[in-house]
Amino acid sequence: MVQTGGRAWKFGDDINTDYIIAGKYKLSITDLDELSKHTMEAIMPDFAEKVQKGDFVVAGRNFGCGSSREQAPLVLKRLGVAAVIAKSFARIFYRNAINIGLPAVECADTDEIDTGDLLEVDLTRGTVKNISKRKVYMIKPLPPELWKILSEGGLVNYVKKHGRLPW
Amino acid sequence: MGKTISEKILSHASGKDAYAGDLVIAKIDAAMTHDGMAKLVIEAFQEMGGRQLWDPSRVAVVIDHVAPSAYESFSKVHKMMRRFALQQGARFYEVGSGICHQLMIESGLVSPGGLVVGTDSHTCTYGAVGAFATGIGSTEMAAVFLSGKLWFKVPETLKIVVDGKLPPMVFPKDLILKIVGTVGADGATYKAVEYGGSAVKALGVEERLTLTNMAVEMGAKTGLIEPDEKTASYLASLGHKPQQGFKSDEDAEFVDELVLDAEDLEPQVACPHAVDNVKPVTAVEGKEVDQVFLGSCTNGRVTDLREAAKILRGKHVKKGVRMIVIPASRRVYKQALKEGLLEVFLDAGCAVCNPGCGPCAGGHQGILAPGEVCVSTSNRNFKARMGSDEAEIYLVSPVTAAVTAIEGKITDPRRLLKEA
Repeated sequence: MVQTGGRAWKFGDDINTDYIIAGKYKLSITDLDELSKHTMEAIMPDFAEKVQKGDFVVAGRNFGCGSSREQAPLVLKRLGVAAVIAKSFARIFYRNAINIGLPAVECADTDEIDTGDLLEVDLTRGTVKNISKRKVYMIKPLPPELWKILSEGGLVNYVKKHGRLPW
Repeated sequence: MGKTISEKILSHASGKDAYAGDLVIAKIDAAMTHDGMAKLVIEAFQEMGGRQLWDPSRVAVVIDHVAPSAYESFSKVHKMMRRFALQQGARFYEVGSGICHQLMIESGLVSPGGLVVGTDSHTCTYGAVGAFATGIGSTEMAAVFLSGKLWFKVPETLKIVVDGKLPPMVFPKDLILKIVGTVGADGATYKAVEYGGSAVKALGVEERLTLTNMAVEMGAKTGLIEPDEKTASYLASLGHKPQQGFKSDEDAEFVDELVLDAEDLEPQVACPHAVDNVKPVTAVEGKEVDQVFLGSCTNGRVTDLREAAKILRGKHVKKGVRMIVIPASRRVYKQALKEGLLEVFLDAGCAVCNPGCGPCAGGHQGILAPGEVCVSTSNRNFKARMGSDEAEIYLVSPVTAAVTAIEGKITDPRRLLKEA
């Protein structure tokens, strides 16, 4: 699984689910296309408008902390984000992302990535290539149980394909 | 080797001899979803080919986040939930029943030693009665609805020991804010937090629920308190016959231990825009406020309302300030009514709303305008959570909230002791 040619959008530590998609929108808008227009609104108002299909969200520690809202990874995926690369993730966001088929990649070196850097993520080899800076970073390998779900495009797709849950 | 409560519950639920780090497939005792997530759960359940819940008697479907509905979009969600829950024979909680977490405790679906999941991060609250309870997403909930099972990585446990007695005007909310400030927003990620020590044992179950509720604000998978005779009698008072549950063994392995002395504690406040941005109330005293919110799954129980009513009795909320009071459930509402607490709030000029989540998650009943300041007894103060991204939220105890409402500015409740 290789994601190529996307630009980085750089965020800091503790990006919570209200920053990703605020409660006031999650609790009034149920259409995902409409909802995704408000992604990251409080901290990067032009993100939803400018992010391109195949881009990457890059962050520091504890990405996705806060609520269990699956709308958080869903709006990122809907905007075309190819993967979230962070030093660490809050656990519910992490599970949710994998379950909807959005790669959540743990990488210790995200400080070296800046907004606009051209990246290539190779989940099979476990690398993030920073083409702009000519560097390669290692990523923490995904446990096989989660890889099974992610590689089928998420849990719903897994069940549709195999006719059963992976457990 | 000895086991922690988490290791025991997940061993019991999986039929495996499990320790921290092991991956287990475990049987779920109860599952909950609410209107903030139910649409996604039901859609995923149907997409996976689901026709029947694995066990409708173990499933709770709750309307609490936008209850009654403030938008046509959510009226449609509620309609979908009603139809689904009634068709499936699940336990359905209509508008006005209360907050999902309070209802799960009151319903008897949560028992010591049980394994419970909910599509809400504050599902960790139920650890106050010795259950292993954690928040999951909507797709995983759909899988639970189908199978009654889910995979878990058995967490390591961070032990937090609090000895001594809480000083006057210092409450469990101040204690948990202090703990979150000390551990940090990701200090317990993937871990279970077990609270113990004489100060925790001395608390009633309602107060313990405040501690476990905020475990997720440290990133924890769950918060736990060893069940004791108080747990048993509290659950019995709600009409349930609880199981005995589990205790951590003497030789259980904890990943770390944090020791605090309750005597040293003073009233605390989580300042904008992070729950771990915790300071003593004295550091922000005098900050003028626009809205005070008393309620939520953190502090909307009758114990909380009693403490706030003691302060507000015979007093009035400052002119120009609004105070919103929301009991956590219908049961709490009725008890507060019986004790005359609602009358105290009404006489003080508060708006008393129907049971539910209220403004905590930004759905309705107290959305903030740009530049406004809200003092809240809830659990999150993220920018834009309760409305405008130019508003500020400060998290405090019910008593600090009440004193602040009267003064119109953030006030250390210990000032009342000096006056008396």
